[in-house]
Amino acid sequence: MSILLNNISKNFGKFAALYDVSLEIPEGELVALLGPSGCGKTTLLRIIAGLETPDFGRVLLSGEDKTEQHVSRRGIGFVFQHYALFRHMTVFDNIAFGLRVKPRKERPTEAFISKKVHALLELVQLDWLADRFPDQLSGGQRQRIALARALAVEPSVLLLDEPFGALDASVRKDLRQWLRNLHQELHVTSIFVTHDQEEAMEVASQVVVLNQGRIEQQGAPADIYDHPANAFVSKFIGQTNIFDLSETESNWLQRAGILAEKPQGIFAHVRPHHIDIVKAEEASGSPVTLKDWQHLGATIRVELFNPQHNGAGATLFAEMPNERFRELNLTKGDRVAVHIKQAHWFN
Amino acid sequence: MTQSNIMPGFRPALAYTLFYLCLVVLIPLSTLVFKSLQLSWTDYLEIISNTRVVSSFRVSFGTSLIAALVAGLFGFVIAWVLVRYPFPGKRFLDALIDLPFALPTAVAGVILATIFQPSGLLGKWLMSSFGVQVAYKPLGIVVALIFIGIPFVVRTIEPVLQEFDTTMEEAASSLGATRLQVFTQVIFPNIFPALLTGVSLAFARGVGEYGSVIFIAGNLPYVSEIVPLLIITKLEQYQYAGATAIALTMLLVSFLLLLIVNLLQLWARRRSGQI
Repeated sequence: MSILLNNISKNFGKFAALYDVSLEIPEGELVALLGPSGCGKTTLLRIIAGLETPDFGRVLLSGEDKTEQHVSRRGIGFVFQHYALFRHMTVFDNIAFGLRVKPRKERPTEAFISKKVHALLELVQLDWLADRFPDQLSGGQRQRIALARALAVEPSVLLLDEPFGALDASVRKDLRQWLRNLHQELHVTSIFVTHDQEEAMEVASQVVVLNQGRIEQQGAPADIYDHPANAFVSKFIGQTNIFDLSETESNWLQRAGILAEKPQGIFAHVRPHHIDIVKAEEASGSPVTLKDWQHLGATIRVELFNPQHNGAGATLFAEMPNERFRELNLTKGDRVAVHIKQAHWFN
Repeated sequence: MTQSNIMPGFRPALAYTLFYLCLVVLIPLSTLVFKSLQLSWTDYLEIISNTRVVSSFRVSFGTSLIAALVAGLFGFVIAWVLVRYPFPGKRFLDALIDLPFALPTAVAGVILATIFQPSGLLGKWLMSSFGVQVAYKPLGIVVALIFIGIPFVVRTIEPVLQEFDTTMEEAASSLGATRLQVFTQVIFPNIFPALLTGVSLAFARGVGEYGSVIFIAGNLPYVSEIVPLLIITKLEQYQYAGATAIALTMLLVSFLLLLIVNLLQLWARRRSGQI
């Protein structure tokens, strides 16, 4: 099912949660609504679900206007941040709930329900938990049961509110991969809300970046990373070094290579892997001091200090493969030169 | 070797609890048992099987049960409204709920008798429009016991409703459940154990209630005479053994009923996975 949102606005008292948001999501996509907390992403998801009604604007599902329709009639599956499993029901009954509350004419037989529930439990790889109660499950298990419950009614859209928010890091990593695979298997249009940009980039086929109730940018993860539409997106997605032309000495920037082309704004945003380090004596480049470094797995993050600059902008981050860093053979306090390969300009 | 407990102070706490239970509950109750043991088994049976005593038991337990069930229904609605809906004067209404706790029961009894007697404010209207007489009938006892019982129900359900995770309702809705299905299949099963506690508290209180009942009941033997009144009557006539025999029987029946309610609750909790 495709989703079309037209000029959605929503206020909570005086607080504008969403302001004139329009969004189109084609069928079969796995979309991340990404933004800092309080940006309106959960409200947007709840409006799509019908758990919240917009003050203005229309919600169209498969081209049909569903703005006024009750959540129970929309054919959506919703997975809540804290799972919202029915505490008084077993895992089996939880998953069967959506089938058992159907009107009598549409309700499947108990035998069919049982078959379906077990198939779903196998899908989420938790068949052995059918008789347990939610309180007896771990967070990751609850999350997968909640997903199975939402899938039981064969929704045409799957909506997930911070699906991995309450889980610890290793479980979260597994579940992300698992959700991607599941989506490839089922191909149901899915939208999930997250504040974690890494999660959005890793899982989604489309990312929608929200800030203060507005959409900042929508696109494929690579697009958004490589071509951020504005300073907010650039800062929010991945790490960025920001150079303020009015504050940084132009000579320093000139030598770093950033002013080779005419600047297209006041702020230069530079990704850490676009900063190259060479030994000070070897080549031209802007002088900095090596302050510290951290291992991030395959890459090293190098913390550099610009002695000619005061304040917050004085520390730079560069990233490079481990081998490259080893070749340089640097120690703390060494003087090195930086060369900036690419920058995004914003005003 | 003694193992130290993570929670300190287990021994003094247990000792205090046992001491308190003995002092306040067990000693008075065992005195009751000893006192009635002075009676022979046949004397005891004779007192208990007296038709006036049997009818008073029927009146006491019957009216308490009906009143507890009605209080359960009303109390549930009141608690629901107080928790779920914001409205002006909510705090004031909330404070009113506790009034029957604080009011001397005799005062409550006099007030209820005044308004429900055939010439009273509500009594007159009920009499003329429905032909129903409340005061000086078993119905009057039920009314008094509902008044006394409702706060027990409201105060036991309120916190459970407050803590109820409303996203469960949203989840049920998103799965296609109608409002009625959400209530009967999601909300009610979660509230039921608390409701049962509230109703059994209201019932237990109702069985023992004296002050508010005697003014409105009319205290007609075989019709609207409650057990506590019969006990007082016996005491006033210096029939201590008879009074204790009735009291002991009442105690046993109450204990049995509360035991059944507790087992029911255990079953409900277990069925809903709360233990």
